[in-house]
Amino acid sequence: MKMGLKSNIRLYGMYISVILRSTMQYKLSFFLMVTGRFILAFNGFLAIFFLFSGFTRIGSYSFEEVLLCFSVIQMSFALAECIGSGMKVFTGIVRRGEFDRMLLRPRSPILQVLGTRFELGRLGPMITAGITLLIGIQKGQIVWTAVKIMVLFVMIAGGTLLFLSLFILGASFCFFSIEDGGLLNILTYGAKEHGKYPVDIYGKRFMQICTYLIPYTLIQYYPLQYLLGRTDRWVYGLYPFGTVVFAFLCYIVWLFGVKNYKSCGS
Amino acid sequence: MKKYISFFRVRFATGLQYRMAAVTALTTQFFWGLMECLIYKALMESNAVSLPMGYPAIVSYIWLKEAFYALFNTWATDNDLFGMIVDGGISYEFCRPVSVYGMWFARSLGSRVAEAALRCGPVLLCAIILPAPYRIGPPAGLTAFLFFLLTMFLSLMVTVSFCMVVYMLCFFTISPTGWRILFTGAVEFLSGSVIPLPFIPQPYNSIISFLPFASMLNVPLRTYSGDLAGNALIQAVFLQIFWFIVLYLFGYRLCHKAENRIVIQGG
Repeated sequence: MKMGLKSNIRLYGMYISVILRSTMQYKLSFFLMVTGRFILAFNGFLAIFFLFSGFTRIGSYSFEEVLLCFSVIQMSFALAECIGSGMKVFTGIVRRGEFDRMLLRPRSPILQVLGTRFELGRLGPMITAGITLLIGIQKGQIVWTAVKIMVLFVMIAGGTLLFLSLFILGASFCFFSIEDGGLLNILTYGAKEHGKYPVDIYGKRFMQICTYLIPYTLIQYYPLQYLLGRTDRWVYGLYPFGTVVFAFLCYIVWLFGVKNYKSCGS
Repeated sequence: MKKYISFFRVRFATGLQYRMAAVTALTTQFFWGLMECLIYKALMESNAVSLPMGYPAIVSYIWLKEAFYALFNTWATDNDLFGMIVDGGISYEFCRPVSVYGMWFARSLGSRVAEAALRCGPVLLCAIILPAPYRIGPPAGLTAFLFFLLTMFLSLMVTVSFCMVVYMLCFFTISPTGWRILFTGAVEFLSGSVIPLPFIPQPYNSIISFLPFASMLNVPLRTYSGDLAGNALIQAVFLQIFWFIVLYLFGYRLCHKAENRIVIQGG
């Protein structure tokens, strides 16, 4: 079963190139998709922009600071959706018996499921996130050191990993239940939608849920405090690495699911 | 008329079948509503300036939006219809001795009302039993409530006739998904489902409020709390009727155009 990392990456590259070539057959559709998704994500920015046109702050955060937070979450989510869409349609893959075929092949099932989809249309939200990030950086008061730039990247990477893990966790649900993990969408889409504001404005209770149940604060609240210079504890900048632990837990659930998987026989 | 009522009823019955999906959607909507209430509360508490809408009005706006989400969202269009346009199943629709426009209109209306009927009760119930600042208040008065019902009906009509225009436009393209996302993306913001329209400052506000999108969920949700009343309300009602007629005629014309030029590629 074990293949080298290098060959896995090569295989994934091949998957992507096939998908991209097929996407590019419908150029207008692709273009409309990117534009549409850009506008949808841009709505989130407009909401913040207009809310702040009458007000100066929300919680203890200013417009630029919220923008920073918004961009990080938006970017992570778009990246995770671009790579991990295969996991979102996993129920269908199982129902059509495609997963049985995947298990027969001497390759990692996760890689194969991820390789079924690569949504380049998510470029739209990524562009939005890029623009808002630039605005946030340009207007904000943060003095950008090399360390802070690193922290920003780690936040995005950690966020992507966190959302990917949640997609995998959601996909694992269909090993154990015939209902799909629709409820889990609240955790992913909810985080994307409402995570644009730093979690602490929602109150203490939400902070606790977002730390101990699903570790959103690791990629959002704590490193943000460090970025904004509100704390001297540089350790906060390393918190996004904590998502690796969460990803590992989700991976175990997935492995357990695969081990107990019984084909539905169609 | 009777046949259109039966299309409505068929869709209504189908909609009621998906109960588990309803539970999921319910939880989502409750959670969404609560989070939004919290955002506006944080906004209110951290600024000296008062909000352009009273907080109780915002809370009722949010809960009504979540409860009647299915009636007004332009996002959840009927995917079967797009499927039919793409895979040619549409030919059967043209064989039926009824107008395609009327049939699809009744269909969309039916599925929307079914979904809303399933969902509005529990969401509203949750919104009523919540603790004080997040609880939905009673309507501003009997007149406001009657106007709420009237404008809700009108905005449903505007929303459905707008969606019909989008469906019809799909006859003229081979990539309906792209168009749909493009349209709904813009409409979502302009109709006030991202933030209530009063939060948008002038001069944008006065332009947006004349667009057809402002005649959708914006009107009834603000009428309920009395945020929209008096002359402004009357004007909004007339605007709704106006846009309904315009969108209806436009969609109907497009449908005729599509019917005349449609070519079904065998299959």
